[in-house]
Amino acid sequence: MDLTYTEEEQDFRARLRAWLAVVLPGLPARPSPDDWPGRRAYDAGWQRRLYDAGYAGLHWPLDAGGRGATPTQHLIFLEETERAGAPYVGANFVGLLHAGPTIAAEGTAEQRARWLPPVLRGDEVWCQGFSEPDAGSDLASLRTRAVRDGDAYVVTGSKVWTSHAEVADWCELLVRTDPDAPKHRGITWLAMPMDAPGVTVRPLRTLAGSAEFAEVFLDEVRVPVANRVGAENDGWRVTMVTLSFERGTAFVGEVVACRRTLGELARRAKENGSWDDPVLRRRMGRLYGEFGALWRLTQWNVSEAMGVPPVRAKSRTRGSSGGVPGTGGSVFKLAYSHARQELYDTAAQVLGAGSLVLDEEWTLDRLSSLSYTIAAGTSQIQRNIVAERILGLPKGR
Amino acid sequence: MRGVHFQPTEDQEALRAGVRDLLAGRYGREELRASVDGAGPAGGPVVDRGLWRELGEAGFFALRLPEAEGGVGLGLPEAVLVFEEAGRALLPGPLVATHLAAGVVPGAAAGKAVVTAFDLGGDLVAYLGEADAVLGASGEPPPAGEPVRSVDPLTPLHRVAAYGDVSEYRATGTLLTAALQVGSALRTLELAVRYAAEREQFGQPIGAFQAVKHLCAGMLVRAEVARTAVYAAAVTAAPGEIAAAGLLADEAAVAGARDCLQVYGGMGFTWEADVHLHLKRAWVRAGQWGTAAQAEELLAEELLASGS
Repeated sequence: MDLTYTEEEQDFRARLRAWLAVVLPGLPARPSPDDWPGRRAYDAGWQRRLYDAGYAGLHWPLDAGGRGATPTQHLIFLEETERAGAPYVGANFVGLLHAGPTIAAEGTAEQRARWLPPVLRGDEVWCQGFSEPDAGSDLASLRTRAVRDGDAYVVTGSKVWTSHAEVADWCELLVRTDPDAPKHRGITWLAMPMDAPGVTVRPLRTLAGSAEFAEVFLDEVRVPVANRVGAENDGWRVTMVTLSFERGTAFVGEVVACRRTLGELARRAKENGSWDDPVLRRRMGRLYGEFGALWRLTQWNVSEAMGVPPVRAKSRTRGSSGGVPGTGGSVFKLAYSHARQELYDTAAQVLGAGSLVLDEEWTLDRLSSLSYTIAAGTSQIQRNIVAERILGLPKGR
Repeated sequence: MRGVHFQPTEDQEALRAGVRDLLAGRYGREELRASVDGAGPAGGPVVDRGLWRELGEAGFFALRLPEAEGGVGLGLPEAVLVFEEAGRALLPGPLVATHLAAGVVPGAAAGKAVVTAFDLGGDLVAYLGEADAVLGASGEPPPAGEPVRSVDPLTPLHRVAAYGDVSEYRATGTLLTAALQVGSALRTLELAVRYAAEREQFGQPIGAFQAVKHLCAGMLVRAEVARTAVYAAAVTAAPGEIAAAGLLADEAAVAGARDCLQVYGGMGFTWEADVHLHLKRAWVRAGQWGTAAQAEELLAEELLASGS
């Protein structure tokens, strides 16, 4: 049991910290949340800076254009960038954390050469077309249909909860290619150009008032067969390689951010006198302990992953059908999403009546936090995963 | 490249396995139930002096005592692993206090003495009738007290007239008690999962129902978060991390036993099932070495000082 970093890792941290101190003051002003082209340009600009400095695709394997960093280095990267207030991955999320790693693991040499470098440089933005109106938690029941016609698939259906659809160049799309096969075995993974004829994007307004997601309607969209990653009807397995990334180190930055927010909250409480309320003060003390433990759990998971090469190894070790990976991630996500909602409920107590004012940063964050127990697998689905995959309890009938 | 290696080393796992084997052989379910049957107001002593000495010989109490002083010379990370095992086995006796007394009270390190502590607050002391010494007491022999009926059949209690100060032992006591709680939480999870897989209603194992599954998943989440917090606190020995580990482990053990009891249904409400023993001991431990309020206040203070 050890929590000390190697000299090499400490060097890595020091160099990164020095670079961030130089580059962050030179960044342009952040665009407003509803300026989608502005947001894309801002996120792309940051990604380009990372690329030029050698930090792009840190955790991607070397032969995919990445840096082949260890999970610990990736953890340090996420920790330090968040701590320094660097831009969030934003519009590059799907490219860097979902579609890119999938192509790196399962794509052909041509596909990797075509799609990976623009993601690393911030030149191309990806979105994700997985969920459908009738396929949420039961993702494998998706019905968007793809019919082979010569050298193309003709795709018809609709997708939902697609972030950055308005500004994306590509969509990693799950389609049904065999309607007669068992539901996990008739799915195919396609890279769909978002400017193809027949693609309609309609923004979806969330309860926070902003349009963070979109619905994507597909009407006989032609997608070249060459854009298929993996074999036809093998898309579920291909996708599972991707989904594991959502539950690995994906929350490192958020945990760091939560700890900082909690510190700001405590200072605000001290200023406005609510710190004198022992119930509220103790609630914040407990949350501080919980976020500390969540940080340690992240380190634990990363330490466990050390020695396992990034991306590639995972696709080999997992079962090929029906699997939702990342069971350790499920434990983390259950605890984290609950703690983060608790954080903003506590913030509302600190703000008092002020929590009803929408201009308060924490009020908007409180609204956004309502999605944490739903997005990327609801807490109920996560508990099923934990119970069945880790504890070995039987599946229900 | 190795990087941060948070998981226990092979040596540490071997140490843990050794204690687990020793306890499985010397304090399995039969011995546990025998000591429950033998306890009670009119019953005999709870602490098995023979086993206490065996633990002493295995280094349980002298684990962190320097080798020059006849100890094993290991640290808190090793200690939390062996205490986790003791918690899993529901081993009774003032384990933490005797461990803390190694090198302080003669005979404690070797398990020849049973040492309790003023660790419960109020005016209660556990195992007073069997203890050779009390940590925090000003002189010898141990103070006298009035026996009272204890909620936990394996934690006899005495009411005393004057209380001692154990603040110098509080941090380590909190951490080792948290390790006991984690062991208990993991054990009740095992019991619940096993029962849920065996017990059938409506033509299927009750563990196939999501309502039961989700109880078990919640138990695992709490236990895993608490366990990580305990291990991290054992490495850093930072006061805030120890306080957090205590809070999370208390919650994992108490809520874990409650949920296990719920999974057991009517059986969980019986004397015969072991679940109530875990719950009652978890309640006792949650009150040792300071209250949740004190831990939360310590963390709140640290939070306010952080980053300002």
